[in-house]
Amino acid sequence: MATYSTNEFKSGLKIMLDGDPYAIVENEFVKPGKGQAFNRVKVRNLKTGRVIERTFKSGDTVEGADVVDVELQYLYNDGEYWHFMDQQSYEQLTADAAAVGDAAKWLKEEAICQVTLWNGVPLSVAPPNFVIMTIVETDPGLRGDTSGGGGKPATLETGAVVRVPLFVQSGEVIKVDTRTGEYVSRVKE
Amino acid sequence: MSSSSWRPGAELATLRLRAELLARVRAFFAARGVLEVETPALSAAAITDPHLASFSTVYSGPGPRHGRTLYLHTSPEFPMKRLLAAGSGCIYQIARVFRDGEAGRRHNPEFTLLEWYRVGFDHHRLMDEVAELVTALLAGRLALAEPERLSYRELFQRHLDLDPHRAGVAELAACAKRFELPIPPRMPADEADPWLDLLLTHWIEPRLERGRLTFVYDYPVSQAALARLRPADPPVGERFELYVGDVELANGFHELGDADEQRRRFEGENAARRALGLPVMPVDEHLLAALAAGLPACAGVALGFDRLVMLAAGKAALDEVIAFPLDQA
Repeated sequence: MATYSTNEFKSGLKIMLDGDPYAIVENEFVKPGKGQAFNRVKVRNLKTGRVIERTFKSGDTVEGADVVDVELQYLYNDGEYWHFMDQQSYEQLTADAAAVGDAAKWLKEEAICQVTLWNGVPLSVAPPNFVIMTIVETDPGLRGDTSGGGGKPATLETGAVVRVPLFVQSGEVIKVDTRTGEYVSRVKE
Repeated sequence: MSSSSWRPGAELATLRLRAELLARVRAFFAARGVLEVETPALSAAAITDPHLASFSTVYSGPGPRHGRTLYLHTSPEFPMKRLLAAGSGCIYQIARVFRDGEAGRRHNPEFTLLEWYRVGFDHHRLMDEVAELVTALLAGRLALAEPERLSYRELFQRHLDLDPHRAGVAELAACAKRFELPIPPRMPADEADPWLDLLLTHWIEPRLERGRLTFVYDYPVSQAALARLRPADPPVGERFELYVGDVELANGFHELGDADEQRRRFEGENAARRALGLPVMPVDEHLLAALAAGLPACAGVALGFDRLVMLAAGKAALDEVIAFPLDQA
């Protein structure tokens, strides 16, 4: 893997620190007029999401992390692992629970996900921004309510629970924003 | 390249303020009988300081310098001292200077230095004048508390309870750990200055009081290559820095006039460059000859003009006060 000089630092650059892959969030050059220059960086651990501060002497080099984002199609869950496929090469990859994390509840078969690979292995999974899902359970709403004020919980086919307007019923298909976990609209199928 | 990338990064109002401040600087020195001078930006000699990187270019002729590598100055200090030795009296210059490898919120690789020399002043008297100028230029734009003056030792004692002149690397490293500073890999085990710089930039500077001019003076000898030394225990370099809030604005010296001592320091810095794998720089023989001929006792200071504009305009970054910073140049 390539090494990077502090002069190449910019947000988004993936580097290795203490054996873990990190992404640079912020990079600041600090230098006393007559002395040692430093790069103060905020870096996000790509495994845990935790952001920490690090400092390098300017001009030092750091090992790059082999981290790439790819689009993969979600196939199925075998009870332990989530299986994905590269639609160009048909290569299949498996992701464990640590990589899938909260995305699990939004994964519906055939969904195209952004998967971050570290040394070719899934490190994290981002579901599509919007998913279309069927409601499997929700309390019957009050008749005549069409505005959606208030709302009620609804369980989706993947087990995710979202708040939906009172007029939305079991068996209906809805669109959800996975970034906020919020109901967007009903979908006519 | 977006369709608006030709536009200046700074607002026009800021550029007008910049011009006004330049005019006021000139008026300030005119009223005091300090002569404005201009010296070359390109020189066959260069600064030896391992922490400064000069841009270089090659002159293709004609004339005796044909084919020579020339360096863009990082400050106009050396030729200004030649003028002083030639009897110019007090002088100032507003110079565009160049430093490779420096870019960030408060750095641009080319920037404007206001540099001036006062014959007969020591560094304390020059601090008085710097305070007057800066206070006058920022008046009405930035609420300023009474300037404070403290030695480098007092600064470290106040913020870190540490004597910077006596602490060894182990003690400095322990201090950095105690204050939970991020410690860079490959810090030297035998050199205190990078550790002092780490403590200064990561702990002390962010804690300097906003809206106050803080002068720090009497630096470790190893951090004052162009300053006079004063025998003390331990000896100190008669150098000072001005901070406005946490912004480092100016650096000054009670100037070293001893040519032999200056040559030894240049050679020491070049030896340090060699050890670091950095290019050895050609020493300014004209400067050394001028010092040998006699530099009048004087103090000099270089002030980052762009940072001054940044403070006056209430901006947070240099790219808001420079019409076309590097990435747009």
